[in-house]
Amino acid sequence: MNTNSNSYTIIYASVMVIIVAFLLAFVSSSLKEQQNKNVELDTKKQILAALNIADVEDAEATYNSVVKGDMLMQADGSLVANEGAFNTTYKGEIAEGRLHVFECEVDGQKKYVIPVYGAGLWGPIWGYIGLDEDKNTVYGTYFSHAGETPGLGAEITTPKFQTQFVGKKVFDGANVGLCVVKNGRVANPDYEVDGISGGTITSQGVDAMLKNCLKPYEKFLK
Amino acid sequence: MGQLFSKKNKEVLFTPLGLNNPVTVQVLGICSALAVTAQLEPAIVMGLSVTVITAFANVVISLLRNTIPNRIRIIVQLVVVAALVTIVSEILKAFAYDVSVQLSVYVGLIITNCILMGRLEAFAMQNGPWESCLDGIGNGLGYAKILIIVAFFRELLGSGTLFGFRIIPEVAYEAGYLNNGLMLMPPMALIIVACIIWYQRAKNPELQESSN
Repeated sequence: MNTNSNSYTIIYASVMVIIVAFLLAFVSSSLKEQQNKNVELDTKKQILAALNIADVEDAEATYNSVVKGDMLMQADGSLVANEGAFNTTYKGEIAEGRLHVFECEVDGQKKYVIPVYGAGLWGPIWGYIGLDEDKNTVYGTYFSHAGETPGLGAEITTPKFQTQFVGKKVFDGANVGLCVVKNGRVANPDYEVDGISGGTITSQGVDAMLKNCLKPYEKFLK
Repeated sequence: MGQLFSKKNKEVLFTPLGLNNPVTVQVLGICSALAVTAQLEPAIVMGLSVTVITAFANVVISLLRNTIPNRIRIIVQLVVVAALVTIVSEILKAFAYDVSVQLSVYVGLIITNCILMGRLEAFAMQNGPWESCLDGIGNGLGYAKILIIVAFFRELLGSGTLFGFRIIPEVAYEAGYLNNGLMLMPPMALIIVACIIWYQRAKNPELQESSN
């Protein structure tokens, strides 16, 4: 057979594309359910991480016992239970003004978790901020990223960076005081967190994310 | 079995680890050697993923090699590689979610790895499936080897850790030792690769071009 003829080439390419398309569609649809379950479980683990609960055996059960409600903040600052499904990304929710607050209870004490979303150097960054009952003191944080540089911007995921937030205050008068400053330039330790040297843009991204995402919660947090 | 591991096949499997290393001798796959070598763990996972995918892609292309129209062979190779990478990435997401989160963008980057296209074009198009499989494994491991060496130095000197564990003691830092931030920057990967190439060529005069 002449494998160099035009018709052979065209038929070969078409058949190949159709086979590959079916194969990928089949793999994708048959694994979809399992993948969604993983993503949901991972989100729950992230929320637990903001409450300093990590490495639990059964994250699903722990989540159900710790998190009492997925709430939405209303215009007057009150909370109403979220009727919709559990979200795994809060980019759209934040953009559309649906302000989620997770009401939690850790060792008998009330805690709140607020999702945040922003931009790093190479892609999105996101996180969850755990707050004490006074709604102003940080209890724990969780940050993650899609593609920051390992060893530099990606350091925002490390305990070294995240434990700095514990005990900081969120609101400084009318504005969000909680911020990330250039490495080694912390002037006001009540609100400021040391940034990552070599990860300046990512640190600034975390800073902007905190300001942009916590500001709309003003009514609830005060 | 004797035939499966004939002298020629052993050569196909083992020369990429040394004298025909894809990174230091064929100079393929340099791009990802920069991206994933700031720490050891992603370097190892990346090396293994490339090994598996090169081996599979080599086998598939080798089986198809007599039917592939010459004029669109690169496109066919690319489609096979892209399909395999997508399937591996989907499977990781379903059954090893933590690993897939850790690899994030790197899985997709495997498609653009020059080693894959290089081996498909240079080897799988002319050889049988078994030899091609060995060639894929050999080149993947050769690539992984260089990645691990580079990542070892970059993580040790750049962060003072290996696999995230602190190696350089606190005492050293208190005495004024500082991590070398340059090690974490991509150019340092090139410099380390260059040092490896220098060492290898100095030890193996047959790799040196004759000077006229």
